[in-house]
Amino acid sequence: MTDAEFVRAYEIVGADFTNAGRASTGIKEALKDMGLPSALIRRVAIAAYEAEMNLVMYARRGTMTLHVTPNDVTIDVRDEGPGIPDIQLAMQEGYSTATPAMREMGFGAGMGLPNIKRNTDELVVTSEVHRGTTLLMKVHVG
Amino acid sequence: MAETHYHSIRFDTSACHGCMACMRVCPTQAIRVRRGQATMLEDRCIDCGECIKVCTRNAVVPLTASPSGFRRLDYTVAIPSPALYTQFDGDVTPGTILQALRNSGFDDAATLSWSCGAVTHAIELFLSDYHGPAPLISSFCPSVVRLVQIKYPELVDQLLPVLSPREVAARDAKQKASARTGLPADRIHAVYITPCPAKMVSIVDHPGMEASYIDSAVGISDLFPLLAPAIREVQTSGAKVPESETAAGLGWAFSIGLPSTLPAENTLSVWGLPNVLRILDDIDKGRLHRYTFVECHACFEGCVSGALTVENPYVARARALRLQQSLQKRDLLNSDEMRTRHARGEFRTTAPFAVRPPRPLGRDIVAAITKMQERDGIAARLPGIDCGACGAPTCTAFAEDVVGGEAAQADCVFVRQNQLEARLAQRPAPGAAARRRDTVDRRSDDDRH
Repeated sequence: MTDAEFVRAYEIVGADFTNAGRASTGIKEALKDMGLPSALIRRVAIAAYEAEMNLVMYARRGTMTLHVTPNDVTIDVRDEGPGIPDIQLAMQEGYSTATPAMREMGFGAGMGLPNIKRNTDELVVTSEVHRGTTLLMKVHVG
Repeated sequence: MAETHYHSIRFDTSACHGCMACMRVCPTQAIRVRRGQATMLEDRCIDCGECIKVCTRNAVVPLTASPSGFRRLDYTVAIPSPALYTQFDGDVTPGTILQALRNSGFDDAATLSWSCGAVTHAIELFLSDYHGPAPLISSFCPSVVRLVQIKYPELVDQLLPVLSPREVAARDAKQKASARTGLPADRIHAVYITPCPAKMVSIVDHPGMEASYIDSAVGISDLFPLLAPAIREVQTSGAKVPESETAAGLGWAFSIGLPSTLPAENTLSVWGLPNVLRILDDIDKGRLHRYTFVECHACFEGCVSGALTVENPYVARARALRLQQSLQKRDLLNSDEMRTRHARGEFRTTAPFAVRPPRPLGRDIVAAITKMQERDGIAARLPGIDCGACGAPTCTAFAEDVVGGEAAQADCVFVRQNQLEARLAQRPAPGAAARRRDTVDRRSDDDRH
């Protein structure tokens, strides 16, 4: 009974600021259509948006895959990009490698990964420099 | 949650010929065209009136009150939206329009000028002492409130808990009329002269209040034929009319925006539903927490472009600007009175804003997951060009209708064509295929009529 799973994948293109945010909007809408609780949707929406923007800002391309089961909402983010040399450092609030141009767009306050961590129940970050980064974020249902 | 929703709009089936103009323009995808008739998905409609604006056959009917229905009531006070003052050619002053309302069957007419100024100050005072989730979202446009209740239920706590100027004005007008006539306040009927049907929603549903102080609403377009000659009469009579409207009151009618009086660096002013949807989406993603207040209006040019106005909104806007220059610049606010009434909580909403999310796809999470899989599966077989020929505004909406049992996959002309071609390909006998296609085509035409 609990092996029900909804999966939907989104392709994301690096530096495409025109369409940036569409994947996280799509994820949010899907969760709303399924009637999940508002508070959960909000947490997922914030985490998904931060992850999507990180991807758009730093990576060449990537995918975000939403998995919904009766127990969890999981988002699997994989990118081809520069990677994160020091994940511990990147997880610290206020630490940022954003360029001045990114900061002008309102990003790069060093809140991305810490904000994702705050809004998820589980977060696993793995990264290989010059290859890419993966984020596995999970929020428990109920 | 399965409660029925009041709506201020209905479709006249005898006038509708199924042209789909309303379906395509509906910002919440709340219209479907089935069997040549527009129908409303009640749990999605936010009563914005965009469908009224595009319908050329008057098939979308606003459920506002008739201007002639008030004569038998004890005492009626007309309370015009400031948008009314922008609807008449020539230099018609608000005072003249109020007098014309009194001569057209209303016992009295009252302006929003004091309440617009008061509510602006009430917002300033409320924001200066607010530390909850940001930004707060204006709650004066009933379509925006309903949009939040339906599509962004997680943001209802961010709807500004301040009464709208029309409610404050109606309450004050009733008290004044009661004191003057000796009638109890509940026998005084406050009639809002409205630029849009959505105000009916705030009267009937009264979000944020236990009850509305306004009793009914008459559309500007319904009143216009009655009021235009009454205005000419007032003008030709040469009678002196007092001017009680102020520049502040008029500012509320059009898209210059309320935050012009609020600190600009952390307030946003958003006009038109597509933009409102975008800003609410951004708030939802936690992007805008550095802003304290977002003013949202469903109509692009503000209330002067409401579905029940008669004048071109850009002309109305220019007229409002001219009128503003001629009216008193200072608002009629006695600061002490304002502060005393604010301290008494007189401008605060009196009930929480309810959430009204549409029915989820399934009755529980497992069912919803199954339906979502089905929906994505169906959507993947659709062309994705949102042609609308099936009677749904987008392929995704159509897929959802199919999953919900409201439509059949063969209602999509592309799916049907594929099915027919597949069927014909199974019977490759020469000559027979062409004849069969002919009969199939005619049958599909019959289906439609």
